[in-house]
Amino acid sequence: MTTLATSEDMARVDDAFSPLRFLWTVIRRDILLAARRRGDWLTAQFFFVMVVSMFPLGIGPEPDVLRMVGPGVVWVAALLASLLSLPRLFAEDYRDGSLEQMLLSPEPTVLVTLGKSLAHWCIYGIPLLVITPILGVQFALPGEAIAVLVLSLLIGTPILSLLGSVGAALTLGLRGGGVLLTLLILPLYVPALIFGAGAVDAALSGVGYSAHLSLLAAFLVLTLMVAPWVAAAALKVSIE
Amino acid sequence: MSISWFKYSSPATFYGLAGTLAPWFAWSAGILAVIGLYIGFFVAPTDFQQGEAYRVIFIHVPAAWMSMFIYLVMAFWSAVGLAWNTRLSFMMARALAPTGAIFAFLSLWTGALWGKPMWGAWWVWDARLTSALILFFLYVGIMALWSAIDDRRRGDKAGALLILVGAINVPIIYFSVKWWNTLHQGASITPSGTSMDQIMLWGMLIMAIAAWLYTIAAALIRVRSIILESERQTEWVANILEHK
Repeated sequence: MTTLATSEDMARVDDAFSPLRFLWTVIRRDILLAARRRGDWLTAQFFFVMVVSMFPLGIGPEPDVLRMVGPGVVWVAALLASLLSLPRLFAEDYRDGSLEQMLLSPEPTVLVTLGKSLAHWCIYGIPLLVITPILGVQFALPGEAIAVLVLSLLIGTPILSLLGSVGAALTLGLRGGGVLLTLLILPLYVPALIFGAGAVDAALSGVGYSAHLSLLAAFLVLTLMVAPWVAAAALKVSIE
Repeated sequence: MSISWFKYSSPATFYGLAGTLAPWFAWSAGILAVIGLYIGFFVAPTDFQQGEAYRVIFIHVPAAWMSMFIYLVMAFWSAVGLAWNTRLSFMMARALAPTGAIFAFLSLWTGALWGKPMWGAWWVWDARLTSALILFFLYVGIMALWSAIDDRRRGDKAGALLILVGAINVPIIYFSVKWWNTLHQGASITPSGTSMDQIMLWGMLIMAIAAWLYTIAAALIRVRSIILESERQTEWVANILEHK
């Protein structure tokens, strides 16, 4: 009798954690899929590196000029790289029907969109943070500025993944989805770009950069509260 | 006697109402615009600082106001549409967007014309100019999304969601750009009073009302076409088209 009661308790405990477990499953599945198809996500990383490397060729090799434009260039390239990888966020699961199965599950859809955005950040955002210091050196940025640049990208890239999931859900299955996604989402990225690149500029000119980073973090919190829900609603609109 | 407000939430009844109202709004917009422009160009005195060039504000300021108000109105209709699933609300949002984009573009264009004599440059990366530009981009994005989606129901809801996300984002964009750089002159009209001559203010207010009326007229005319297009399979539309 007692053993039965405990097993019921266990089941209840399990239920309380089941949304988290579901979220973890979604994240793990996407990361696993990405790990098995490395070519797919490495394209976005190489795109990032190449776009950034084109700028010195276009504007000349003077270290002073490069230092001035470096933070902005890296940030804009990060925006573009995220937009490049976002159309795939839901598209492949939509094509093979597994997205519909996920939406049919009893767990709320917001966990699917949140999980997929977080997985996108792990796949696209974290490697970006690793590459950025090297690019910072190419742009003659001093050590502290590079640290601030990486920090600003650490706070900022999740915003790009979260906001981007809204655009990816809205444009799911549309013709010209990639370019359309850029048109929709790029204006919404503006605050992240301004605060992110602004933090590095502030560090370069010797004034405090913590205000920029705090604002960027506030924007991240707001995005985290709003974007997954909107993306879930958009996903339902796109699939129904 | 109670008024049946919901009677006109049906596209079929609203089609007739819009047709009756549109000419009134259009004519009053035209008349007020003529009066406003007359005051602006012939009655209002020359500004002691900015000379004659300041007269562009009679178009610039109402256009800038309208481009922002229209976005808010679109956000309102989108929220109503998503909450109550009313088709007409989505149609109103669709009907308003092109007018909003035109006003946003007009405010940028006239702003450039004003900027050249005032600041010595057609374009400066100042907070208001930049946020007006981004607002214009938002309008373009919304219209691009609508045109890419063939299924009407999906397009309505997807557009509404995008408009609402943009509406949350617009104040953030505005303040982020404002902290980023500021050169634009402060607002001339503040709740506590104005820094303008009385007659200039009147000219601008008349022009703003004219812009409002024009927007309403344009939206009503456009929503009639949208109604016809999306209800083309119904009997009443077939009747209208036969009797034309």
